[in-house]
Amino acid sequence: MIKALLKQTKGYRLLSLLSPLLILVEVYMEVQIPFVMADMVNKGILGGEGINYIVTEGLKMVAMALVSLLSGAGAARFAAKAGMGFGANLRNSIFSKIQDFSFANIDKFSTPSLITRMTTDVNTIQMGYTMVIRIVVRSPLMFAMAFRYAYAINAELATVFTVAAPALLGLLGFIYIFAMPRFKRLMKKYDGLNASIQETLIGARVVKAFVRAKHEKEKFRISNDELRDASIAAEKLVILAGPFMQITVYGCTIAILWFGSNLVINGSMELASLTAFITYIHNILMSLMMISMIFVMATMARTSINRVLEVIKEVPDINDDGADPSLTVADGSIDMENVCFKYKKNGKKNVIDNINIHINSGETVGVIGGTGSAKTTLVQMIPRLYDVTEGVVRVGGRPVADYTLKNLRDSVAMVLQVNLLFSGTIEENLRWGNKDATTEEIENACKIAQAHDFIASFPDGYQTNLGQGGVNLSGGQKQRLCIARALLKSPKVLILDDSTSAVDTATDAKIREGFKANHGDITTIIVAQRISSVQHADKIIVLDDGKINAVGTHDELLGTNEIYTEVYKSQQEGVEE
Amino acid sequence: MAPKAAPPKGSPGGFGGPVRPSDTKRTFARLLSYLGRSKHLLLLVFVFVAFSSLAGIIGTSFVEQITDEILLPLIGTQVTADALAPLVKILVSLGFIYAFGAISSYAYSRIMLQVAHKTLNTIRADLFNHMMDLPISFFDTHTHGELMSRYTNDTDVLRECISQSFVQLVSSVVTVVGTFAMMIYFSPLLALFVVIMLILAFFIIKALGKQSAKYFRAQQQCVGKVNGYIEEYIEGLKVVKVFCHEDSAKSSFSQINDNLRHAATNAHTYASILMPIMGNISYITYAAAATLGSLAILKIPEDSFFSLSVGALFTFLIYTRQFFQPITQISQQFNNIIAALAGAERIFEIIDTPIEADDGYVTLVNAKKNEKGEIVECEERTGMWAWKHPHGDGTLTYTEWKGDVRFENVTFSYDGKKTVLKNVSLYARPGEKIAFVGSTGAGKTTITNLINRFYDVDEGKITYDGINVKKIKKAALRRSMAMVLQDTHLFTGTVRDNIAYGKLDATDEEIVAAAKLANAHSFITRLPDGYDTMITGDGANLSQGQRQLLSIARAAVADPPVLILDEATSSIDTRTEHLIELGMDKLMEGRTVFVIAHRLSTVRNSNAIMVLEQGEIIERGDHDDLISQKGKYYQLYTGQFELD
Repeated sequence: MIKALLKQTKGYRLLSLLSPLLILVEVYMEVQIPFVMADMVNKGILGGEGINYIVTEGLKMVAMALVSLLSGAGAARFAAKAGMGFGANLRNSIFSKIQDFSFANIDKFSTPSLITRMTTDVNTIQMGYTMVIRIVVRSPLMFAMAFRYAYAINAELATVFTVAAPALLGLLGFIYIFAMPRFKRLMKKYDGLNASIQETLIGARVVKAFVRAKHEKEKFRISNDELRDASIAAEKLVILAGPFMQITVYGCTIAILWFGSNLVINGSMELASLTAFITYIHNILMSLMMISMIFVMATMARTSINRVLEVIKEVPDINDDGADPSLTVADGSIDMENVCFKYKKNGKKNVIDNINIHINSGETVGVIGGTGSAKTTLVQMIPRLYDVTEGVVRVGGRPVADYTLKNLRDSVAMVLQVNLLFSGTIEENLRWGNKDATTEEIENACKIAQAHDFIASFPDGYQTNLGQGGVNLSGGQKQRLCIARALLKSPKVLILDDSTSAVDTATDAKIREGFKANHGDITTIIVAQRISSVQHADKIIVLDDGKINAVGTHDELLGTNEIYTEVYKSQQEGVEE
Repeated sequence: MAPKAAPPKGSPGGFGGPVRPSDTKRTFARLLSYLGRSKHLLLLVFVFVAFSSLAGIIGTSFVEQITDEILLPLIGTQVTADALAPLVKILVSLGFIYAFGAISSYAYSRIMLQVAHKTLNTIRADLFNHMMDLPISFFDTHTHGELMSRYTNDTDVLRECISQSFVQLVSSVVTVVGTFAMMIYFSPLLALFVVIMLILAFFIIKALGKQSAKYFRAQQQCVGKVNGYIEEYIEGLKVVKVFCHEDSAKSSFSQINDNLRHAATNAHTYASILMPIMGNISYITYAAAATLGSLAILKIPEDSFFSLSVGALFTFLIYTRQFFQPITQISQQFNNIIAALAGAERIFEIIDTPIEADDGYVTLVNAKKNEKGEIVECEERTGMWAWKHPHGDGTLTYTEWKGDVRFENVTFSYDGKKTVLKNVSLYARPGEKIAFVGSTGAGKTTITNLINRFYDVDEGKITYDGINVKKIKKAALRRSMAMVLQDTHLFTGTVRDNIAYGKLDATDEEIVAAAKLANAHSFITRLPDGYDTMITGDGANLSQGQRQLLSIARAAVADPPVLILDEATSSIDTRTEHLIELGMDKLMEGRTVFVIAHRLSTVRNSNAIMVLEQGEIIERGDHDDLISQKGKYYQLYTGQFELD
């Protein structure tokens, strides 16, 4: 765990070391000051060394404090640099790693979880790291140094700490052990409350439509009260730490005043040293308190660290290993031979089961089947968004793994079911397909996708800005933009995965006509629910439960294939009445 | 009424946090009013904090007595019990003071814990309860993330502030004032010197605070950019992969990430440099005071006002160490408070949003016919309902509840600019099925939004059983109709709970009956725990079709005379849809139904079909009428089966 994290400190290692070094200087200087003071008073006033001695020692102390100040400030600066640099490295590594994820990798972690890992978790770790290089070094150093000087002043008196320090640590440990499970419970309640609020926000329409505000309020009241009680239960242990600390400090003070006074009176310790000693009580016990806090922080950060490392250590399961970079896709022919697929290696049932199909270059192929029949899964194996579990998928006569992902996916364009546009202008989004496209090419693609007209109707036309996720467009408009974006790639194979579901049938028909007229040479695969979207295809594949149920043209299937006919009937009921 | 908020003047320790509230004073007063509900307890906290701080300060002062009165005279003498008796006495009273201090610490922590969580609990409840009463337009115009952060981020900073800042501030102020008073008492001369150092520290804090605020603002902007980019590119990851956009995404990210690193480094430098600087200023003061004090002991005659004893010097030095830390604390607490106020302001902003107004006065009551055939109100459930309509002259009329809905020249716009519905008139008689067809954005969903008054019409009127819907109490209106939406929105809970959402007091028999009606009973009984199967994450463990069946059962159990189906089957394949339709058909029997659908097959058997285009009804009639009209509907309908 630590090794993997240390890797991320690259470029900031010197700074990460410099900061503790400066803290060492800071602490060394700081701790000596009370010691020098005691010496100054003991010798200067009580011992009669006189004014010169006092002035020299005084200047020495001020100089020490100044050195300490500069070192401390330097340490803070370097720690900030190193900590923030480390955080930036971490974010970059995760982001790059996620970008290399295959679809299977993405499915494994869910999108919201990836986002939390990159934001909240990285922040926690970053703050932790900055703390580590400052406090983790500082507190034990302070403890050791202060103890050393206390011991130098009077070894016998320093034994007070050998009783007090373990006692305090024990008490803090006791709090920690008992509070931790309560905090875990608290976090659960907290997450539960938030999840339930979110659910209510998302379902606001349902809540209103059924007039259930009162019911939701009552549900919330219960969770809210539970959260309050869990918070109090957990924190009422933690608040003991303050008074425990005070009792220890106070106890030490009284003990040292008592034993110290005896030592001073019988002459085995000098008077001013007693004052210095009292100053060290605070230094020693305070650093113990900090050490225990680090422990708590580390426990909290550990979850974050694990969650982040899980991402960093994930191996993208689809890569260019074994690909020939010079190989490009020759034509749009597709072959699937004995293709089987399951999402999880140890899954029981094949999602795709022994599929064999040949598609000629330039053909239009429809894929139809009910929800859960694995239509999407099947086509996603063509641009290698998933790798087959068994069998082989060939594009242009070569197995897909022979091409680099870039070469393969540049030739095999796919419009996904969930259409996402990115913030920026419409044109910028379209240029994802081809960053060097001319205005003419862009407009042409949009005309074929039936997007040009509505784009032109916007005041800013192609320069219209889209919010995150393209929120100001309707579903059908987004789908059409996504089709245009894919067309701009001038692919050899175009896969439309239910990409016109929100487009009305007339426009859908126009888009298909446009394809035929302008891109007759592109192999087009249309996954659809509507028979009308696929009935003109050269070939229609009927999928059922991951298996090919039938392949044929509309005319061949209608009347002979049970599923196809049933779907057709359900959609055309009434027409012939 | 709030004056255009002047940028809050930096507090003495103005370590400006990233986001500042726009009206500090008002928000602060409001937050105090929440705390004020526990004002007696807070007063107690105040007293105990003061006790705790003072115990420490007074305890320290005993060092002088011990040094000057016991140790100095006794040094070099034989230690005897007699000689030490005064020391024992001092230490015992010191012990009492310290014990009192520690107990006070525990007391205020414990009380404050109660106060803080009670206050947070109240604020959260106010926020949620208010949110539940807000109109749907509020939810349509705010993202879930935006609203959630009120419950997470904003409440978190508020918790930090309430549970810590109050105590810390009081304790710091008491410590600073008390310590300073003690310093003056023990040595006015050295105290004067400390004041000079204090002024120096003050300027340093101010200068650093200014820089820090500047960089924190810059950092906040960068954080916003980075988080936005992360969200967008992780959500769109599959698209990135399909377009081989990984490298360009990585390089853009690395750039904005580096900007963040830069800003964050500066912000954190200025924030964390304060501690070592203040800590060491206190050491410089300590060193200088020790030197000056020593010189004073030697040089200033004992009878002078400025004279100093050895014990006083020691005590003073311990005070010096205690003096600066609370000053740093105060400046940091101001930061926390500013940040918390910004959060509180965002919370209050929602609490201040006007709730969904309801000036309706017509309600729905159980009714029966008396022997004269008149409708009268009654207590028990009769299965018959009536609109209870009070009039201005104090009379009451009852109208039987049937489910007759009419639109009369309705015009509507969401934003007052773009008209979504233009002069729409239509009627639905009890038991009729009315369908709306049209492309996205034609105004279909808007019609349903108006029927149940999620939004109110701008012009024209909608009547329900002859009563203007504006006169009907919203709760009564909405209870009288059920909605089945494309997004099912199931809630975490059992299958039974989810069906009962339509009618909270539904009996088990009613629930099963509703499930049977919706064709959901058979799959529910096959679930591992049947009706007690837990549904999580918006029904993720059910298929889309099953979820939709549950939402139909939920509408069925409500058993309303009016039903609104808004794209209820759009995301389901046609074969599954067929099954659902069987359930739906039974549900629709005898009810007034409004159907919105993409698929024309679902609307075919409606009594009337309205074809909407850009907010206007361009065609209306039943399926056969429209087909024979050969208009838009005909085109759409035949378009689906266009054989080329």
